[in-house]
Amino acid sequence: MSTESSRDDFIIAIRSAFLKKGNRQKFSLFTLLVISILVLSLEYFKTGPIDQFRSFTKDVIFRGSYVVSSPFKYVKDKYYLYQDHMNMYEEFSILRDKDLDLDSLKKEVDYYKSENAFLKKLIEERDIFSTNYMLTKILLDKQSPYLKSIIINKGQKNGVKLGSAVKDRLYYIGKVVNVNFLSSRVLLASDLNSKIPIIIEPSGINAILSGYGNDQYAELEYLPKINEIKENEIVYTSGSDGIIPASIPVGKIVFKEDKKYVNFFSNFNQLNYVQVNK
Amino acid sequence: MAKGNIKFYQFLLNGFPIILLFFFALTGYSSPLQVFKINITFNFIHLIVFYWVLRKPDMLGYGLIFFAGIINDVVQNLPIGISSINYLLLCVIASFFRTRTLVPNLIYDWVLFLVAILIVSSIHFTLLSAFFDGNIKYGTLMSTAFFSFLVYPLVAKIFNQIYLLGLRQENVE
Repeated sequence: MSTESSRDDFIIAIRSAFLKKGNRQKFSLFTLLVISILVLSLEYFKTGPIDQFRSFTKDVIFRGSYVVSSPFKYVKDKYYLYQDHMNMYEEFSILRDKDLDLDSLKKEVDYYKSENAFLKKLIEERDIFSTNYMLTKILLDKQSPYLKSIIINKGQKNGVKLGSAVKDRLYYIGKVVNVNFLSSRVLLASDLNSKIPIIIEPSGINAILSGYGNDQYAELEYLPKINEIKENEIVYTSGSDGIIPASIPVGKIVFKEDKKYVNFFSNFNQLNYVQVNK
Repeated sequence: MAKGNIKFYQFLLNGFPIILLFFFALTGYSSPLQVFKINITFNFIHLIVFYWVLRKPDMLGYGLIFFAGIINDVVQNLPIGISSINYLLLCVIASFFRTRTLVPNLIYDWVLFLVAILIVSSIHFTLLSAFFDGNIKYGTLMSTAFFSFLVYPLVAKIFNQIYLLGLRQENVE
């Protein structure tokens, strides 16, 4: 008898939780759960009016999020500005002591560039990648343990394409993974889902750069078992996926606990403007 | 002028859970800290939803929780609707415990919160890995749930004080 009554209590509590509306509640939890499941099932429609509506919703939410986050972004920017200011003297001393003959280095680079162009012409290699980049402003900097991405203020309307490479000054930082009408999402190279083909120079070894949620470092996958990669070798995009242009510097090799990592050149926490490949 | 200020103050106190919920949904803030090389993050939305639905359900509408979930999905780049399901399930669990509890007790709520977020996090992980190709770290998800569980008593105390402030303000009027 008592088992039956406790089972009845349990069922009443469950029914009450799902169906009962509170004094100021307009919907029952059951109704909202059904709506949520319906909304979630719409994720399978990647084109058409549903996709356009989703794109519009995302644009609106990103702008709202930008407004709410702006005071915090302002404080963060000021903090990094202060840090930069404090490190300025030290950086200046290091640069002063370095023997940087920039003029001769530039001439050397120009020579290699023209030689490379000549050799490409000889083997009749066509450059499939665009060299045009557009400058975009970062609306949102979303870096949590689950997601390392940024939202930029240019979208479909401005010609942003899915998969386009994104650079911070000279350095690769990520690729466009979601394009809305007025904004786009860039997945940073440090994100767990980021996998990009790279080449390590001067050893010429190809591998896949895989983010693992760390802002400074990324892992290398599919490296040959026997390799002679040395510390401080430079990692460039290889362009072998046919989407991301080749030869964009990403970072340099560092050894940590007998494992090889790539230390990014760009500081993902201090991004304000980035360039998107057109 | 003074009356206007008081009204605004009361509006802030009454709308506190809603303002806080939408603030965290829009910014996606998780207060990342690093202590002894351990990344500590909190899921503030879980804390807000569970506390207010369990203790003061009239102050936070289910419809608003649903919308906060949609916003959170857009900001966090998750399939749209998944966070709404999570938050609403958390509401179901909190609402169920509310009907079964006679005398509110912080320790009891704390343990129930652990049970609730473990269920919700597991469903979140299962949905993402079974139906969507989202690569998600199970360890990070669980550590966030664990750290959120640890701070629950403190957050509950703060929320309770804010609720009492609101009540006091209403009584003054």
